[in-house]
Amino acid sequence: MPMRWPDAEPIEMTAGFAPTALSLRREASARPVEASSAERLRQAGTSVRVDRIVKSYGGAGPAALEGVSLAIEPGELLALLGPSGSGKTTLLRVIAGLEIPDGGRVFFGSQDTTDIPVQSRGVGFVFQHYALFRHLTVFENIAYGLRSRPRAQRPREDEIRRRVERLLELVQLPDLAKRFPGQLSGGQRQRVALARALAVEPSVLLLDEPFGALDAQVRKDLRRWLREIHRETGQTTIFVTHDQDEALELADRIAILNKGRIEQVGAPHEVQDHPASRFVMSFVGETARLSAEVAGGEVRVAGRTVIAAEPGWPQGPVDLCLRPWDLTVGQGAGTLPGTVREWRRTGRGTVAEILLDGAEAPVEVKVTDVYEPGDRVALAVGAARVFPRG
Amino acid sequence: MSETTVPSIRPPARPAAASAHAALTEPRPVRIALTVLAVAFLGLFLLLPLAVVFVEALSKGLGPYFASFAEPDALAAVRLTLLVAVIAVPLNVVFGLCASWAIAKFDFRGRNLLITLIDLPFSVSPVVAGLIYVLIFGAQGLLGPFLQRHGIEIIFAVPGIVLATVFVTFPFVARELIPLMQDQGTTDEEAALTLGASPWRVFRTVTLPNVRWALLYGVLLCNARAMGEFGAVSVVSGRIRGLTNTMPLHVEILYNEYNYVAAFGIASLLALLALVTLAGKSFLEWRHADALAGRGAH
Repeated sequence: MPMRWPDAEPIEMTAGFAPTALSLRREASARPVEASSAERLRQAGTSVRVDRIVKSYGGAGPAALEGVSLAIEPGELLALLGPSGSGKTTLLRVIAGLEIPDGGRVFFGSQDTTDIPVQSRGVGFVFQHYALFRHLTVFENIAYGLRSRPRAQRPREDEIRRRVERLLELVQLPDLAKRFPGQLSGGQRQRVALARALAVEPSVLLLDEPFGALDAQVRKDLRRWLREIHRETGQTTIFVTHDQDEALELADRIAILNKGRIEQVGAPHEVQDHPASRFVMSFVGETARLSAEVAGGEVRVAGRTVIAAEPGWPQGPVDLCLRPWDLTVGQGAGTLPGTVREWRRTGRGTVAEILLDGAEAPVEVKVTDVYEPGDRVALAVGAARVFPRG
Repeated sequence: MSETTVPSIRPPARPAAASAHAALTEPRPVRIALTVLAVAFLGLFLLLPLAVVFVEALSKGLGPYFASFAEPDALAAVRLTLLVAVIAVPLNVVFGLCASWAIAKFDFRGRNLLITLIDLPFSVSPVVAGLIYVLIFGAQGLLGPFLQRHGIEIIFAVPGIVLATVFVTFPFVARELIPLMQDQGTTDEEAALTLGASPWRVFRTVTLPNVRWALLYGVLLCNARAMGEFGAVSVVSGRIRGLTNTMPLHVEILYNEYNYVAAFGIASLLALLALVTLAGKSFLEWRHADALAGRGAH
C-alpha cells in the first residue's frame, strides 16, 4: 500500500479530500524530461494531453475526476475553471505527477508520462501559498532546482548565478536576491515562486490558484504580468482558478469543470457567448434564471411571450437564462415583471437589484432612474439563452 | 509594473486592545494577592529546593565540594551518565525524526496507534519500564537463558541502562516535531519534488531545516531527561559502584550513607545541567520564536 500525504493545506476540494500520492519511485533518475540548452528562456512548448483520467480519494464521496480528457496545445495558456470541489486542482496535480490517477493516461508531447515520477516530469509548479523554502534566500530558492540536478547535469556555479540573475530580472525583483521569503510581500513571493519554477526550464508550467492568496490590486497586476511572461517564454501553461474574470482575461482557452467532469472547453468568447450548458452559463457570469416554455417559435414565461425562439432551441419546458447586461428597464409586450430589492450608486452609475418574478436570485441591472425597494419594474430582454430543464 | 502591495509583516495594533485590556484587569488587591501567591509557590517548591542543593553542597566549603567529584566512583558515575546520554540522545533523534516524519507527512494504516505508542513512555511509570526490561532480558527473563549462553550481559550492565533510558526519553523529540510538521504541511516538500529533488534531498534541504529549532529543543529536553532518569535506570542497573551507577543513582547511594556534601555535590552538577538546559531553551525561544511556533512568516 503506498504511503500517502495527508493534506494539511485547505485546498478547496471534495469532502473526502485527504490523501495524496507521493511518488518515491525511481528517485535517483530525477532529471527534466527535456534537457535544453541553458541559454534559451524561450521554450519549445510541449503539448499536454490527458486521456480519461479517473481519480477518487476513497471513502463514500464522489470521484474527484470522472474520466476527464483534455488536450492542451504547445505554448497555450489554458485555464481550468470551476467551483470548489470541481476537480480542477486534482487534474492539475495529476498532470504534475503529484497525484497518481486511478485510471487514464497523461501525455507530454508524444511521451506517456503517467508512470514518470514528479521529479522527472519536468514540470514547473506554482502553489497558491507560494511554498517558498523559508530558510533559503530568494537566490537559493530560485537556484534550488538547478542544484537538485544529478551532478553530471548540474550547471557550474557561475552558470547558476547567471541564470538566477536573469530570472530575477524577468520577475522584476533583481535587488531582492539576498532577502528571505519572510521579508517579501505576497506578490513578491509569488513572483519568486514563479521564477523558481521557471529555473528548471520546465516543459509545462502549472499554476494552482496562483493569485488566490493575494489582494485584488496585486492580483490584477500579476495577471497582466503573467500574461507578459507567457508571451515572452512561450511555455505551455495551465492554471487553476475559480475566478471567471481571471480565466476570461488571461487564458487562450478555458476548460470549465463541474463535479469531476469537463463541461466545456473553448476560447473565452466562446464560453461566454455560447455556453454549452446551464452550469457554464451561470458560472462565467451573473445569470438570472426563469422557468419558461418554448412553443410555436416563442419563449413564454408564465404564459407571456418574452422573445422569439431561435432555430435549434429545444421545445417544451426550459430554463431561460438571462445576463443582467441584456436587461433594460422597459415597457409593454415582451417585458418581464420584477421587484426592486435595492437601489444604489456605484462607481459606474446607478444599479438596481431586481428580483424577477419566478427567479430564485436577484440580478443587478443598470438603471437611470431612482427606485425605492419594493417598486415594481418591467424589464425588456435583449438576448437570452435556453437550456432544457434539468 | 511596480509592486503595489505594502508588505505587512505585523498586523496593525487593534484600537480595541486598550479597552479590552482594561476590562480584563482585576482590581489591585486581587492582583497583588495572586502575584504573591504565585511567587510564594514558585519560591517554596522550585527555587528553595534548588538553593538547598547548592547550600548543602557548599556547606563545608569549596574543598570538600570539589573533592566529592574527584572520588573514583563519582567520576565513573559521571562518565557512565555521559556515555548513556551520548548513545540514547542520538538514537532518539533518529527515531523521533523518522516517527514524526512518517506521522506528519503520510497517511497510513496504524498511524493513530503509532502516535499512542510514542506517548506510552510518558504514561508508563519508569519503574515499570525498567521492570519490563528485567523481565525480558534478566537471568530469569524471557531471553535470559539465550543471552547467558552467548555471554551477553544486558541487565545490571550498561546496555540495560541505555535501553531503559532510550525507552523513557523516546517521546521527547517526536512530540516536539509532530505538531510543527503537521502544521507545516507538505507543500514545501511537493515544491521541492517538482523541482527535481530526490526524496533524500527533500528531507535534508527542506523538511529538516523547517524543523531545526524544534529539533534542537527536543534534543535539549531529551538530554536533560536522559541524564536525570532515576526510576527505570535504578531497576535495571543493579547499582554496582564504579560500574553501573549513573549520577542520579550515585546521589541516592551517597545520601543513604549520610555523605551529604558529596550527595549534594553530585546533585548540584545535575541541577546545573538542568539550569543550562533551561537557559538554552529560553535562548532558543527568544531567538527563534517564530520558527518554534511554526509560523515563521512564510
